[in-house]
Amino acid sequence: MAARAIWKGEIKLGTTKVPVKLYSAVQDRTVRFHVLDDRQKKRVKQHMIDPDSGEEVPTEEIQKGYEIEPGRFVILTQEDLEKLQPPPSRDIEIVEFVPQTKISEQWYDRPYYAGPDGDEKNYFALVEALKKKESEGIAHWVMRNKYYAGALRAIGDYLLLFTLRDAKEVIVADDLTKPSGAAPTQKELAMAKQLVEILEGEFNPAEYKDEYRERVMEFIEKKARGHAPRLKAVKPKRQAAALDNVLAKSIEALRKKEKRAA
Amino acid sequence: MPPRRSQSASRKREEPEEENAGGRPFWSGTLTFGLVSVPVSLFPAARSNRASLRMLGPDGQPLARKYFAEKTGKDLDADEVVRGFEVNKEKYVIVTDEELERLAPEKTRDIDLKQFVPADSIPPLYFERGYFLTPAAGSQKAYKLLAETMDKSGLAGIATFVMRGKEYLVAIFSDKGILRAETMRFADELRTPEDVGLPEKKDVPKAAVTKFEKMIATKSKKQFTPTKLADKQTDSLLKLVKKKQTKRENVVKVEDEMETDRKVVDLVKILKQSLGGKR
Repeated sequence: MAARAIWKGEIKLGTTKVPVKLYSAVQDRTVRFHVLDDRQKKRVKQHMIDPDSGEEVPTEEIQKGYEIEPGRFVILTQEDLEKLQPPPSRDIEIVEFVPQTKISEQWYDRPYYAGPDGDEKNYFALVEALKKKESEGIAHWVMRNKYYAGALRAIGDYLLLFTLRDAKEVIVADDLTKPSGAAPTQKELAMAKQLVEILEGEFNPAEYKDEYRERVMEFIEKKARGHAPRLKAVKPKRQAAALDNVLAKSIEALRKKEKRAA
Repeated sequence: MPPRRSQSASRKREEPEEENAGGRPFWSGTLTFGLVSVPVSLFPAARSNRASLRMLGPDGQPLARKYFAEKTGKDLDADEVVRGFEVNKEKYVIVTDEELERLAPEKTRDIDLKQFVPADSIPPLYFERGYFLTPAAGSQKAYKLLAETMDKSGLAGIATFVMRGKEYLVAIFSDKGILRAETMRFADELRTPEDVGLPEKKDVPKAAVTKFEKMIATKSKKQFTPTKLADKQTDSLLKLVKKKQTKRENVVKVEDEMETDRKVVDLVKILKQSLGGKR
């Protein structure tokens, strides 16, 4: 079944516009639980209360405030909030392009497929051009009364639009300082290099499965039939020996495993 | 179909809420490669939304979100609610925190780096959320050993592990000598172009491609400038707040001192302390 588009827009590059439809590239597979009332085993509802009086505050009396310092708020009225909404637009404005390797993983938030909406000639031409130039576009757009910044990339035969995190939210390594303490020796570094090289391979996402999700679902099914298995308690962890010793043992163990596999 | 909106206990738990963490790490555990183990703590690598607003009552008092039983209208405390999976209409299987914890096989409680891959080879589609890793007391040397080795080889380590009732696929990067974990989506959590139903690729005339290549060239920058991402909407919200504050318009002060002992957490400061071995 084909997915439904969540939004329609136009990629704006100078005076050229490429119409696209956005589709979420993510399908949620989280095991969904409901919050239940322990006594009735019924689903609960939520409301807002005044913690002092314990009284419910009805929705129409709720105000929104920005906390300027602990305990002090500036109230933003509905009118204020509406005024802050960006004017609606269908444009996905590309402000600039950067080489594909320049945006660190940290910035990426949610991926969307941007599929063609009509003009397929320009769409697939843009895909080709982005791939050839190994470039990624920095995009700004307004979707459902909210302003977004993101990245436009060609992956495979299609365009993907990623929302990127707000510049002031991301903490980058440059803001921090490396850990202090003793440095590893040359011998340790050489062994660690060897160890990592044995484990080196290509990223193959299909190799990794969410086995825990399956275990949780299996457990739920058994429990539903009244046969919940008894689960062992979690034991605290033990600690290891000297670094160079452990490294040598690791290499040895992995080599043996490799030989057996060969 | 849009995702079903439901009260999801597990989903709530996976959101890093730094304000509530009070400077405590999001997770503490062991990172291993080969037989080498590095006890570490995980801290979010992003601050929470700058523009988050609080819900206030008519007198400006901060409100609390509370569960209540629909039938009786009675408010429920955290120990009066349980997590249930709906197996049939309104029939639930209750799952406890303890059960979720015990369901994780022991080997999955560590971040065991079983594979190393070229750091720039993972498509950005996979990345979900970043965390910085800080070494526990006494594990600085092993931490540095891993960071330096990955830096030199240009590799990232891959692992799956279970944390707080959910299995995570993670990539560990060395970022200027500091280890950073990026949680990733599993392959089955991503749609393919076929799943979405995108039309097949069409061949296009060369001239059309060249036209776009030229446009890209004229707008190309060598570096990525994060300030290009500054959220204008948030900026104008903060500007409005400032204006109202100066004019003393709509400013409320809560008399109750209860609210004031809620400390604002400076994540960068905590990370620096933790990386420096101070706690």
